[in-house]
Amino acid sequence: MALKIVKGSIDRMFDKNLQDLVRGIRNHKEDEAKYISTCIDEIKQELKQDNIAVKSNAVCKLTYLQMLGYDVSWAAFNIVEVMSSSKFTYKRIGYLAASQCFHESTDVIMLTTNQIRKDLSSPNQYDTGVALTGLSCFVTPDLARDLANDIMTLMSHTKPYIRKKAVLIMYKVFLKYPESLRPAFPRMKEKLEDPDPGVQSAAVNVICELARRNPKNYLSLAPLFFKLMTSSTNNWVLIKIIKLFGALTPLEPRLGKKLIEPLTNLIHSTSAMSLLYECVNTVIAVVWLSVLKYLGLLAMSKILKTHPKSVQSHKDLILQCLDDKDESIRLRALDLLYGMVSKKNLMEIVKKLMLHVDKAEGTTYRDELLTKIIDICSQSNYQYITNFEWYISILVELTRLEGTRHGHLIASQMLDVAIRVKAIRAFAVAQMATLLDNAHLLTGNTQHSGICEVLYAAAWICGEFSEHLEDPMATLEAMLRPKVATLPGHIQAVYVQNAAKLFSTVLCGQEGAPADSKVAQETSQLLIDRLPVFVQSDNLEVQERASCILQLVKYIQKLQQKDVEVAEEVTALFAGELNPVAPKAQKKVPVPEGLDLDAWINEPPSGSESEDEGRKTKGKAVFAREESRHTKPRYTEVDEKELAKRREVRKAEQANNPFYIKASPSSQKVRTASSPNRQLVLWMPMSDQYVKLEEERRQKNKADRKKDKKKRREKGRQRRGDSGPESEEDITPAHMVDIVTEEMPENALPINSSLTSRCITDVCDIQGNLHDGSQVVVSVIFENKCDSFIKSMEFNVMDSLNSKLQRPEGAGPHDSLTVPFHLPPGISSEARFIFSVQSIVMPQKLKGTLTFIVKDSSTHEKLDFKLHFTCTSYLITTPCYSDAYAKLLESGDLKGSSLKLEGINQPFHHLLARICFHHHFSVVERIDSCASMYSRSIQGHHVCLLVKTADQTVSIDAKCDEPGLLRNVLDEIKLTFSQC
Amino acid sequence: MQFMLLFSRQGKLRLQKWYVPLSDKEKKKITRELVQTVLARKPKMCSFLEWRDLKVVYKRYASLYFCCAIENQDNELITLEIIHRYVELLDKYFGSVCELDIIFNFEKAYFILDEFLLGGEAQDTSKKNVLKAIEQADLLRSVPLHGVIQPVSYSAWCELASQHGVNQPVSYSAWCEPASQSVSMV
Repeated sequence: MALKIVKGSIDRMFDKNLQDLVRGIRNHKEDEAKYISTCIDEIKQELKQDNIAVKSNAVCKLTYLQMLGYDVSWAAFNIVEVMSSSKFTYKRIGYLAASQCFHESTDVIMLTTNQIRKDLSSPNQYDTGVALTGLSCFVTPDLARDLANDIMTLMSHTKPYIRKKAVLIMYKVFLKYPESLRPAFPRMKEKLEDPDPGVQSAAVNVICELARRNPKNYLSLAPLFFKLMTSSTNNWVLIKIIKLFGALTPLEPRLGKKLIEPLTNLIHSTSAMSLLYECVNTVIAVVWLSVLKYLGLLAMSKILKTHPKSVQSHKDLILQCLDDKDESIRLRALDLLYGMVSKKNLMEIVKKLMLHVDKAEGTTYRDELLTKIIDICSQSNYQYITNFEWYISILVELTRLEGTRHGHLIASQMLDVAIRVKAIRAFAVAQMATLLDNAHLLTGNTQHSGICEVLYAAAWICGEFSEHLEDPMATLEAMLRPKVATLPGHIQAVYVQNAAKLFSTVLCGQEGAPADSKVAQETSQLLIDRLPVFVQSDNLEVQERASCILQLVKYIQKLQQKDVEVAEEVTALFAGELNPVAPKAQKKVPVPEGLDLDAWINEPPSGSESEDEGRKTKGKAVFAREESRHTKPRYTEVDEKELAKRREVRKAEQANNPFYIKASPSSQKVRTASSPNRQLVLWMPMSDQYVKLEEERRQKNKADRKKDKKKRREKGRQRRGDSGPESEEDITPAHMVDIVTEEMPENALPINSSLTSRCITDVCDIQGNLHDGSQVVVSVIFENKCDSFIKSMEFNVMDSLNSKLQRPEGAGPHDSLTVPFHLPPGISSEARFIFSVQSIVMPQKLKGTLTFIVKDSSTHEKLDFKLHFTCTSYLITTPCYSDAYAKLLESGDLKGSSLKLEGINQPFHHLLARICFHHHFSVVERIDSCASMYSRSIQGHHVCLLVKTADQTVSIDAKCDEPGLLRNVLDEIKLTFSQC
Repeated sequence: MQFMLLFSRQGKLRLQKWYVPLSDKEKKKITRELVQTVLARKPKMCSFLEWRDLKVVYKRYASLYFCCAIENQDNELITLEIIHRYVELLDKYFGSVCELDIIFNFEKAYFILDEFLLGGEAQDTSKKNVLKAIEQADLLRSVPLHGVIQPVSYSAWCELASQHGVNQPVSYSAWCEPASQSVSMV
């Protein structure tokens, strides 16, 4: 018998296998058909044998021949035989052949039902998998009907590998046997929230496909999908969901509105073209036209960065958008124009824009146009301007705008161009002289409108480059008109000073021809007549200059009357050319030897805060640009000290705290986290000030807390402004910056603009409530930074499905909460808000607004912010002892996950401190470069970490009874370290 | 996705996967038509084309064309990504894959495709997961396609071998190797 088996296998060695067949076909190019027909004969022989290995080999070859176009339907029964082999290898070949060769009219399919059912329930997941894969290709209505139940069971299989396949194939089953949909649907819906992302995405896939066929039955799922859309990061899933919404929106128009924001966010943030495309596609289908235009422009601005040429060809289209009724579309279009100008089209584009300036209604938009024109022209150091005379005339034209706030902008451009482009000075001076002559038009009715700033530039240019003036006398006369006295002080000052310059030019010009010395004297007389108005000015600068120059002219007049030639001496007053200096020039000036910029000139005042202050101002005064470099190391020092100090304080506090049990190895008390007095053993590193502990301790800490918060806030602000890398020691507060404070736009209120800017900042801390697993306390500090009284603050947050702001009884779900205090200027205060949270597995972002009334202007102001509930904020530092920890790990209830961080070159204890501090863990045990850590969520999930480090690589193995939570916490840990 | 075809520059079909039930005749017709259309296109032309009531997305990798047919509302770009992902999978599995790998191991190419796509929908977006599943299924293949591990004495093997005119003694282990085909017996 043994010999027979051996003989069988030896015989087979001389059969052709697939590779031989392929090779053979390739070698018989000219008589392929003949060769294959002999092969098919051989295969027929092989199929007659008992040996399943031989049969499977034959079937494998047939599958190949089938692809080449040969009919193999005659072997269908043999394929079924191979499918039913008990060996996986053969089974796999059989199923492959079946999936390639069977179709609905293949009659042997009905023979397979039982075999497939057997395979589906096989203990080997790969048997099941292979059967599912095969079935997906040849499922018939009969098979679907007979196997629907089996597949439905598999949807709850323990292995995600099977679950996802089962979920996907259910779609095919639904198509073939629609009756199965109703009983299977609840389970399918469940799978949308499967812990395994693969299964989840499969379920999204199936439901989205179903919904596309019959959208109205799936409207009820919209909220669930909306949640998935805002939380998922998987592009494939997102595409499906967006497609689904595209199908749902025609049925429920309100959805369209809701979708705009997440879609816009996605368009802004995604780097995947396919997702971007899908978003835009859906937007086209569902959202109205203006949004479409807006998004189109937005997309273009993205394309512009990579393919400027392709966008440039749509210039006319974009210019058309400037005519749109919607201001935001116009602004978008303007943004685009900025990026697409070139030397060739600059003049044309600006010309179009100038037309729009004339037509534009509303000052805000007009101002925006004006700044854009200037931005476009001046970008990259006037890279695109070929003709500066043209630019000057554009600037002069812009001065005709009434009521613009950007006079100073135009002025600085005029100065910049006139100083730096020597060739056009003559032209510029002529233009400026006309401007000065027509000054009354500019200042006409609105005395203090911003546009008069251009006169500042005009006067200066005419004075400084007066040699180019055709008729200096006329200009001088224009500058000394009585109406000038109504201009703002700093402009008058420039007028006076430059009148003197002009005077010297006039003298020069006239004295060349002695016959005309009368004219020179007349000029002096003009000055003497007109200057007294300025001497009486209430502006110190004007007064001083005017009186100085008046005396000078009087003296000159005396000399003139004696026929002394004074021109040369007067000119000497203003001799020397003014050269343009690059803004970075200061950097190139070497620090003189022996000058130590860091040394104290005076004894440093005490107190760390004022210390910083002092250095900052000093840095600015001397070498402003170097400030950051010089001061930075000091900051870290402070932080280090600060840190050490805090550590000391904490240790002392721990020592004095009767409730804090030190982790001494001798105390082998088992204190599992579930012990009844767990809230007493709690302590929080650093942020412990926030915990709602006993009233007594809160009292004691109150003073400390205030100080601490202040410092943090400062640090937070500093970080926001500072793009440089943070120093290693600078462990920043974990969550307080998570609230994104959007400051009020400057000059939001034209009446009293300085008041409203930077009115309020707020900082928050999110902390789980121990007593209730579904509550989170958010402490928000409001600080009034303006100098008006702020009252009637109302705090409101848009609830999500998962997180809700707890409002007093009887309040509606969208009502805002009144903040229970008023804020006098410069005062900060803290308010707490309680949120109820259902699932703590996912991080969440909530949007909110704060409305308040500024007393002086008595207007309602609004401040938008975002609250970021990280998963970390649901964790509570809880000590755990090593034996309890070991027990916990042994119990086997926890699921694992791991994380690898590379390139971490900070000491291990800093690393641990960071995790403890930012993510509320406590160290259970530490041995060399390995430590175990523990934390607990407010809903009682255990989170265990094993942190190991070697060669700048840190690996974190983590276990938790809630894999979703764990995944997010690990992501957040990763983020913390990627930011350092 | 309706179906996926792999074919060479010469128009030879290398792989086909149909996710819709069609008769062999129809499949052949579609294949012929599509292969001709795609091959006639110039290299710089767009990767998408409308064909009948479907959209065809194709991409050429070396000498092979990967070609997918999708429905009208489907996303072309994600289909390109799917194609690319499949190529990456093949590449990982075979180690810089070439056309010959797919010709000679066409069943493996199918297995990989089946692990990646099911019923025309991507099963798993993670390359790692797909490869892991394939590797584990391969491990189950304890029995090589062309040889059964049986306790055979070396002398018995030699006796039989000589009957079949095999002169060189082949080591027992070489015989049991899955790659026994390479021990050319002819």
